Parts: sequence; structure tokens; C-alpha cells
Amino acid sequence: MALLQISEPGQTEAPHQRRIAVGIDLGTTNSLVATVRSGEAQTLADEFSQKMLPSVVRYLKDDIEVGAKALQTAEREPENTIVSVKRFMGRSLDDVLKTYPELPYQFIGESKELVRIQTSGGAKSPIEVSADILKALKKQAENNLADEIQGAVITVPAYFDDAQRQCTKDAARIAGLKVLRLLNEPTAAAIAYGLDSKQQGQIAVFDLGGGTFDISILKLEKGVFEVLATGGDSALGGDDLDQAIVDWIKENCQLPTVLSSRMRRVIKEHAKAAKEALSSSDLTKIHFKLDDNNEVNLELTKTQFESLIEPLVKRTLIACRRALKDAQLKTAEIKDVVLVGGSTRVPLVRQKVAEFFAKEPLSSIDPDEVVAIGASIQADILIGNKPDSDMVLLDVIPLSLGLETMGGLCEKIISRNTTIPVAKAQEFTTFKDGQTAMAVHVVQGERELVKDCRSLARFELRDIPPMAAGAAHIRVTFQVDADGLLSVTAMEKSTGVQASIQVKPSYGLEESEILEMLKSSVEYAQDDVEARRLAEQVVEAQRMLESLNNALTKDKDLLSAEEYQSLKGSLDQLATLCQGSDADAIKAQIEKIDHDSQEFAAARMDKSIRLALQGQQVDEI
Amino acid sequence: MAVSVTEPAAQRVKHFLENRGKGIGLRLGVKTSGCSGMAYILEFVDELNEDDQIFEENGVKIIVDAKSMLYLDGTELDFTKEGLNEGFKFNNPNVTDECGCGESFHV
Repeated sequence: MALLQISEPGQTEAPHQRRIAVGIDLGTTNSLVATVRSGEAQTLADEFSQKMLPSVVRYLKDDIEVGAKALQTAEREPENTIVSVKRFMGRSLDDVLKTYPELPYQFIGESKELVRIQTSGGAKSPIEVSADILKALKKQAENNLADEIQGAVITVPAYFDDAQRQCTKDAARIAGLKVLRLLNEPTAAAIAYGLDSKQQGQIAVFDLGGGTFDISILKLEKGVFEVLATGGDSALGGDDLDQAIVDWIKENCQLPTVLSSRMRRVIKEHAKAAKEALSSSDLTKIHFKLDDNNEVNLELTKTQFESLIEPLVKRTLIACRRALKDAQLKTAEIKDVVLVGGSTRVPLVRQKVAEFFAKEPLSSIDPDEVVAIGASIQADILIGNKPDSDMVLLDVIPLSLGLETMGGLCEKIISRNTTIPVAKAQEFTTFKDGQTAMAVHVVQGERELVKDCRSLARFELRDIPPMAAGAAHIRVTFQVDADGLLSVTAMEKSTGVQASIQVKPSYGLEESEILEMLKSSVEYAQDDVEARRLAEQVVEAQRMLESLNNALTKDKDLLSAEEYQSLKGSLDQLATLCQGSDADAIKAQIEKIDHDSQEFAAARMDKSIRLALQGQQVDEI
Repeated sequence: MAVSVTEPAAQRVKHFLENRGKGIGLRLGVKTSGCSGMAYILEFVDELNEDDQIFEENGVKIIVDAKSMLYLDGTELDFTKEGLNEGFKFNNPNVTDECGCGESFHV
């Protein structure tokens, strides 16, 4: 007979209708699948008792290998063995080529389309490769559960954009899995520790994996998780710790200048083993034979190792500080710290994280499994095995959204790390008299000038009734829905005419690009301030040129020829200054003209009042 | 009338109860459904009903309601592995017929 599991009171399923759901950690380096059985979340192993499935797929002419078997051949057949496909999810060919110029794959596709990889088994998109990994995990789970999987919760990085999330869902669909929901990895880790049952508090999730580092700050309120901020380094992980030891080995013994690829692998494996050994002992021996039969015989102490990796650990803490700043929190306000990723087993990492947050991080669950465990707990709830629970999880936008204003400046409407869904509106006006159309240029980024931000879309609002400059009220609304879809609407308030556009702000944006954009906004902060000042002065000058030149043409008769020449001369000078980059000079010239033209302005005012009063009786006014 | 639990099954039940953090014991029962008449119930117990009978064996409490008892008398609950799969198994002497998959039965 079928083997049974214990259900919650009153939740026993009818035969053949067992609600079996799994949680899947679809990782860059390794993937895991877990489920809740008899109320206990556990990761499911394959027939070799391996819980971690390397996220590697090898495409042969008529066969597909996934996992450890594929990994073994990665070196022999790199062009057909796809590793770390997660990096390519939702990315266009251009993005991938720009970010990873040195990969062994033959990428194909149109420059702006989703990338594909040419293999012996045909052209494969990252979605298909991920689907093959998911299929293997599904099979692994079904072998364990002797039943069909009814649904899955798949985890994604908190910074994954809509395109990447959609690709993940598509991959699951191809693999024949029903996605109950996508769950942010840090949130899954927090759920694994049961932090969702606490009432409230801020949680930091420190995830140091094989090749990536992510720090996420979550806020928990009444069982609802909200991602306050995310940060990290897409090129920092356990591999870098290994590399630090490799470099140390090279420094400390005579190695041939050119190493065979086999030798490089051997050294790397020994470095990794040394790292793992030093998690539980103070000294380890590194011993192996070189190709020329010379021997390498070294001893590495824990203290030495720690000084080697200290700069790397420091980098993670800098990212933590930045994420806290983004979340507008102090370390003391973090209630719990959760460790995720195999590299958090390194004692120095734990120690430094504990020091930084001034509290002992949670680490009782295997850091490799914790995300899958959390996902399976969520899956169990969503499939209906725990009817009393409900969890709503919110997301944030990774980069600020705004629009271009006069002078090429970027006006931010929704700032980064705002939780979605969100809608925000701001009013703008016309720049010129009688202006009947307005171009709306939607941009994304943290910089002050539009040219340094990413252009998302452009559209025009037409049929604005002709009015004096600054008289029109144009309301621009930015709305981001729960799926990350942005719609921008511009409406002229007096007539109600409107125009709008929809964009996926994140499509084709590489995570490293996002990080780069954030980094440059800090690096160029000072330049940006100056650029903004200049642009603002230029806009101000142009406004003055526009209105004064109009006035001079219209009311020339109010000025003596001399006054007229002087003002005109000043204005021409201002126009010339605007071509340059001296904000102070422009400002001074504006002030000078403002001063010089005061009498002219007063005269014009008198004239218009006179005109208004002409032929009117006193009692009519 | 009685039911029993094997040592491995009792160990697992204890473990799962501990992991769950609450619960009096384990409910065994039957309900009418399935492709062959009856199906087993295997649930954690938070509250007892009036007609419940409690058996304590190998350190765990097994709870059976009066009606189910008629179908379960003499049943032994076991925990086994089949390949990669693992779970609980009812060894019920009253069963005369099972559906192909064994998830439901006749007495």
C-alpha cells in the first residue's frame, strides 16, 4: 500500500488527491528541492544521497545530462555544458556579451532579444536550460515522494526583475511544474527559521554563496514580509575565498609559470579542501604533486587564512552597511540575522557578521538548505495543507524611476527600494508660451543627468491648450503594479487630455549593471551636483531669454535706444554663457539682467495696467 | 479492541510531534471515500473528542475514535522506506480488498 504522511488535524486528503508541494531553490551554482512531510520540512536527496544538484546542464546530440554528471564534463566540453545559467535569465544578447565577454558559449539571437546558446543539442535559451534543471529536481522529488508534484514554490533573488521572474516561471511551466508563487530567497530563509510567526521586526539575510553575495534587509510586520533593501556583490563568493588560498599557494612555493588546466584544477581543489578544513581546525596541510613530480608541501594556519580573506569579508560588510543605509536602519534595529550559503560556514565570516550586527546570527539550519526549506514551508501552506496561515510578500523596485525635465535633468518620481505596487504623481508645467505638446521621457537610474540614466520610454502629450509658460498643470503619474510593470500617464488638468505608456522597467537589465548604476551614482555624486547646478542655471537663463526677448520685441517703445541695446547685449552675453559650463557666471549674469531689467518690467506693468484701465469707469473696476 | 505502533513508527511520530512543537498525539482513523470504499486518516491531534480512545505505546499516544476503531482493531502502524520514499504504513488485518494503489480499502 501507499506510504502515508501525518496531516494537520482535519486535513487528511482523499486518496489520489494528496496535496504534495515542493520548494525549489534554483541556485546559480547548486539547486535543491525540499518538501514538508508529516509537518517537517526536509530536503530531498537523489539516489546517491546527494541533496545538492549542481545547476549544470550538458547538451549532447540526443541526450541531456544534468547535475554532477554534467559538471564532470564541463571542462572537456565547455561549449555544450551550461553552468550558472541563472546569470542569463531574462537577459538580451547584448547584455550577456557586454557583461560576460569571455564565456566559452556560442551565443546567438537578435541583439535586443533574449539570448540563446548554440549547443550540440540545438539552440537553448536560458529558460530551457533552467527547465531541464527543474525537470531533474522534479524527478528527484517524485522519486522521494512516490507521487506527482501538485505545485512548487521557486525562489529567486530579491533583486530579480520582472523579466527574470517571468523567465523563471516559464522554465517551470516547461518542466511541467505548477508555480504556486515565486519567493524571494532571503524571505524563504527567514521563513525557514520561523521568523514569520514572530509579530514584527527587521531581519538581515546574509547570503554568501559560491559565486555571489547578497544582503537583504526584510521587515516583518503582522506576518507580512517586506523587502526594505537589497545589496551585494555579484562577483564575490566562496570561489573567491578559494582563489585567495590558490594565490597564497602560488606565492609560497615554486610553481611552473605555465600550469596545465589539470594542475590548475588540482590546486583549486586543494585550496577548497583547505578552506573547508579550517572551518573546524586551526591548521591544515596542503600536499600534492605537480606535473613534473615535484611536491608541494605547505601548512596553512587558520590565522593566515583569515588574514588572506579578511579584505573579502570586509567587502561583504561594506555592502551590509549600504543596505542598512538604504533601508534607513541602524544595526541595533536589526532583530535577527540569518546566514545563507555554504561560505557562511567559514568561522571568520560568522564572527565578523556577528560583530557587525552585534548579535549572534541564526545558523542552526544548514546554510545550503535553508532557502529550499523555507520555500517548501511556503509551498505547503499555499497548496492548502495549513489552512490557517497566510503570507503576503512584497517586493521593491531596484532603481529609481523618473522623467527628463528641461536641461536634461532627471526628476525622480519613485525612488529605488520603494515597495511595489506603488503609484506616485507629480505636476509639471509648460516651458514656453503657447506650448501645445510635451515630450515625456521615462528614465531609470540614480544619476542627476538623463544622459547618465537608462532610457525606458518616450511619449508625447498633445493637445495642451495654448497658455502662457508655466500656466498649464500637467499631472504625471507613475504606477508600478505587483508584477513590476510600469505605466506612466500624463494628463493636462484643465482639459483632461492624456497620454500614457507601459514599460517593463527592468527588461534586459543585468544585475551587475544595476550595481554599476548604483555605484556610479555615489562615485559621481559631486560631479552630479555640479552638473545639476549648471543645468538648472541654463534652464533659468533660457527661461529669461525667452521671456525678455519676447518682451523686448513687444515693448521696445518703453526703452531708450541705449537701454534697449544694453539689455539686448546682456541677453546675448547670457546666451553665450549658456554654451559654456560656468554655472556661477550664468547665475551672476541672470542676476545682473534681473537687476537691469527691473525698470523695464515696472514700465511694462504700468503699461498693461494702463491698457486694462483705459476707457473704464472707476466703479467698474 | 486495540491498535499498536512499531518502534520505528513511534520514533518518527515522536520526532514529528517535537518538530511541530505542539500536539497530544497521533490520530488513526478511517473515512469513507476513495476508489475502494475506505481511506485512512493520519493526523496530529490538538484536541480530543468524547468518543476518542487513547492507546499509549512506545512512548507515543495513539488516538482512535469509536467508529474507526471498528475498522482498525488489531492494526499495527509501521514506518518504512520504499526506495527513496518513506512514510507510515497500516498493517490492518480487517482489510479484505484494496484498490490498486492501496490508498483505500474494503473490510
